Amino acid sequence: MIWNDDFETLPREAIDSLQLRRLQQTVERVYATVPFYRDTFNKMGIRPADIKQLKDIQKLPFTLKKDMRDNYPYGLFAVPLEQIVRIHASSGTTGKPTVVGYTRRDIETWTELMARSFVAAGAHKGDVIHNAYGYGLFTGGLGAHYGAERIGASVIPMSGGNTKKQLMIMQDFGSTVLTCTPSYSLFLAEVAAEEGIDIRKLRLKVGILGAEPWSEKMRQEIEAKLGIKAIDIYGLSEIMGPGVGIECIEAQNGLHVWEDHFILEIIDPDTCEVLPEGEKGELVITTITKEGIPLIRYRTRDITRLNRQPCICGRTHARIERLSGRSDDMLIIRGVNVFPSQIESVLFNIEGVEPHYQLLVDREGNLDTLEVQVEVNEQTFSDEIKKLQALSSAIQKQIKDLLGVTCKVRLVEPKTLTRSEGKAQRVIDNRKKGAS
Amino acid sequence: MKVEQISIFIENKSGRLAEVSGILGEAGVNIRALSLADTSDFGILRLIVDDSEKALQVLRDHHFTVSKTEVIGVEVPDQPGGLSSILKILDQNQINVEYMYAFVERSGSNAVIIFRFDDVDQAISVLLKNHVTILAGKKITSI
Repeated sequence: MIWNDDFETLPREAIDSLQLRRLQQTVERVYATVPFYRDTFNKMGIRPADIKQLKDIQKLPFTLKKDMRDNYPYGLFAVPLEQIVRIHASSGTTGKPTVVGYTRRDIETWTELMARSFVAAGAHKGDVIHNAYGYGLFTGGLGAHYGAERIGASVIPMSGGNTKKQLMIMQDFGSTVLTCTPSYSLFLAEVAAEEGIDIRKLRLKVGILGAEPWSEKMRQEIEAKLGIKAIDIYGLSEIMGPGVGIECIEAQNGLHVWEDHFILEIIDPDTCEVLPEGEKGELVITTITKEGIPLIRYRTRDITRLNRQPCICGRTHARIERLSGRSDDMLIIRGVNVFPSQIESVLFNIEGVEPHYQLLVDREGNLDTLEVQVEVNEQTFSDEIKKLQALSSAIQKQIKDLLGVTCKVRLVEPKTLTRSEGKAQRVIDNRKKGAS
Repeated sequence: MKVEQISIFIENKSGRLAEVSGILGEAGVNIRALSLADTSDFGILRLIVDDSEKALQVLRDHHFTVSKTEVIGVEVPDQPGGLSSILKILDQNQINVEYMYAFVERSGSNAVIIFRFDDVDQAISVLLKNHVTILAGKKITSI
């Protein structure tokens, strides 16, 4: 099933010419309305009129997450605040979040693309969509919600947490489609088993899972344990939110990204050279219909490859391969973005704590775990156990307050954390072992 | 009146205690009393030694985190109820004991208990008022 036949099956030439026209309009608009882009274009000697063909996009500057932080909160908005009808935010690399604003038309576009995504994943009118993505500043909850309503499904706005209640509602309300992170879907299955509920016997048929990296092996596990089709969804708040890309249920092989709204490039993250189709590199996205905060060549830091081969589902839009990593040090812990620098800023603000730390990430059962190891020095050391325990709970609480992630804090002896060539290895991610 | 105690931060991994005692032994430092408090992740080793300064120095040289604390050594009658009589005095005067441990050797016919208080000076004055014998630092390390 296809939600929007006209656009989702556009021939390649039509996509290309639509992209060029929309790119030119976007470049003109940001040049006229966003000082950050005007200044950067001027510095590089670029004029909007220089964009004559699609590949001229390579003349344009990249936009980094740092640029969003430097222009916090509204500096990159291309419209006055009174035209913004919604504001979302995601965690930034230091204390301040990354802020995005949507005009009424942006919300309309997002809703349309989420509707396309739901239908591509096999959902339709008549489905009961159990939306366990968090509602709030995070784009997951509301993004999925609007798209689900658009296709005429019945949405249950569950949000995250309270797993037993989720299961009760799933049973009693007859949920057919589950939207959450892949790890949470497995956690639901685990708790269901403990509660004596056979989750495979419920009406659930599809899980639309995203907001964290997962493997093909994990997909098989989810499909077997929940008795559903597990569909990978891609999105990031900077670009829009969930629904930037989705796997089709027909192929389950790569995520279609809606090319009438986004231009995709794959670059070498070190040289910033654009790579030929099919090569693995960092995904760069330009928004070509967004009004609130249009972004030119946004570096997503997600590692993938592009595939423009025709798909058996009939959609003509390019597919990106399942994400295989990041080109920066961002970690995704239980669906929450965590930068080591954020943990560092917490430690830095606690009197006497040394900036020597290491993050140990693992997966126990189906849930990510984060252990923060902090070296004890003579200033923080005490001969009393309770004082050291108070120190580790203070660190734990501040990390929870800033990031919303519960971690375990382990105090370690000084000089035990590796210091290699002046650059400490800050992160050990054991989840990567065994990922296929 | 007060005795110097050194405390050492130790991760819960095998061989760490042996390492500490080895370092002290090589430096010719004699351990007079010790206690180990531990959690699932780490422990605190508390020692009374004959030469605190030297002990601190060699442990720091080996990158251990150490600290100095003032504790007191109290003579306790080595008979049933001996310890209880002293704890009763402390309790009646609302003196809070952070932790305590027993000394290995005896002082005459009495046992020796090391006490760590929040407020050492107040504890000393209460104990003296109640005729409890507090051992001098020098005397303790040379028992």
